[in-house]
Amino acid sequence: MLSVRIIPCLDVNAGRVVKGVRFESLRDAGDPVAIARAYQEQGADELVFLDITASSDGRGIMREIVEATASQCFMPLTVGGGLRSLEDVRAMLNAGADKISLNTSALLDPDLVSAASNRFGNQCIVVAIDAKRRADGSGWEVYTHGGRRPTGRDAIAWAREVADRGAGEILLTSMDADGTKDGYDIALTRTLSDAVTVPVIASGGAGTLDHLVEAVAAGHASAVLAASIFHFGEFSVAEAKTHMAARGIPVRTL
Amino acid sequence: MERTSPTPPGAHEESVAASTRAARPTLALLDYGMGNLRSVARAWEHVGAAVRIIDGPDGAQSADALVFPGQGAIVDTMERLRETKLDRLIRDWVAADRPFFGICLGLQALFTHSEEGDTPGLDIFPGYVRRFRPDPLAGVKVPHMGWNPVCFPRATNALGAHPPPTAQFYFVHSYFAEPAHPELVFGETDYAGLTFCSAIARGRLVATQFHPEKSQQAGLDLYRRFLDAL
Repeated sequence: MLSVRIIPCLDVNAGRVVKGVRFESLRDAGDPVAIARAYQEQGADELVFLDITASSDGRGIMREIVEATASQCFMPLTVGGGLRSLEDVRAMLNAGADKISLNTSALLDPDLVSAASNRFGNQCIVVAIDAKRRADGSGWEVYTHGGRRPTGRDAIAWAREVADRGAGEILLTSMDADGTKDGYDIALTRTLSDAVTVPVIASGGAGTLDHLVEAVAAGHASAVLAASIFHFGEFSVAEAKTHMAARGIPVRTL
Repeated sequence: MERTSPTPPGAHEESVAASTRAARPTLALLDYGMGNLRSVARAWEHVGAAVRIIDGPDGAQSADALVFPGQGAIVDTMERLRETKLDRLIRDWVAADRPFFGICLGLQALFTHSEEGDTPGLDIFPGYVRRFRPDPLAGVKVPHMGWNPVCFPRATNALGAHPPPTAQFYFVHSYFAEPAHPELVFGETDYAGLTFCSAIARGRLVATQFHPEKSQQAGLDLYRRFLDAL
């Protein structure tokens, strides 16, 4: 049976992990390569690097980090943030990323999703969707710029469209839940997961290990992404897996 | 077929260190322009192989084994294999029962025909490559993506005397092979109630639908077994 994936996500700014990761074993809390290695040892199933570097000259650093990580970690690595063209995608895949994630650039130019999927295969194209619940309760709207800018697009319709265009996976973040530690938006996750045939990674809101269970059992997510609950040493990935396994969710244990 | 017998890596660290580095087995890794080979090359080097990347038949003959990685679309893969004449190399290599390791599309392309783009394969093995039928409400998402246990019901000479232990490996694919001859099946995996062929083996050939180079220790262990059996 296919295991549910647990995916730590690292925000990287100009080559350094933002806010840092607090593991006892880790000497440099901001070194993405060392952190990736530590997560591999904990049994993380994949890793996501989100490049939040504002300036374009900082982007070369991200490729170097991906190269260094890919040469030391034999696990899948997804890189997102600031990829705007087929050439950007190619450069990141050549650096050693297994998948790349498109967000704003896909909204600005949906053909980029189709073109990237046709050129590199749907297995390596992830579309990240940041969604916010509409005030009138009529579903969820896609946002950009960290949840500040509405696009007018319905999240479920957009998910269907990118899947049709060849996205191999959707990384769904609830902008309402993100940062709250109150749990994933289960209604959003379930509605969207049931609406598309590609796997959906749930993101935003994880505060306890039961939240991870809910995202899968009630939200129908194929994978769960989390940042702070792992970064600050509250729970290890291994503990998360033990907890999920005890509640009947298939996971990979080392 | 002339070549010196290489010293198995890993198991005899001291003797390897004492002898020349040239004793490392050399793998010819096929580059037909379909993507990044870095991960595959690094993983093989990590377990003690010397990797030679080749983009045509030249340079393969002196290698100890051929590695056929694959990703992307099979239509493009078959076209590129023909253009580079690597299709012929693969056929001859397998026909001579020389050591061979195929990965993902490097398994699918060995069969007669793929549903993906209605594409003829290398037809080394009779069989068809079919697409998973998605059923979101039953938990069948396509691609089949993530870690899934592989059970190895038998041993193969290509990987030593004993079957590898059941372990989880990393998959990312929408199509799977259905060999016409069941004895070709070397690994089996369940996806939402469907048992599919996740590895094949015959003689000194082994090919996996999953990605050992992305499967941490379980994957590296499989590569190590292949080198040890050379």
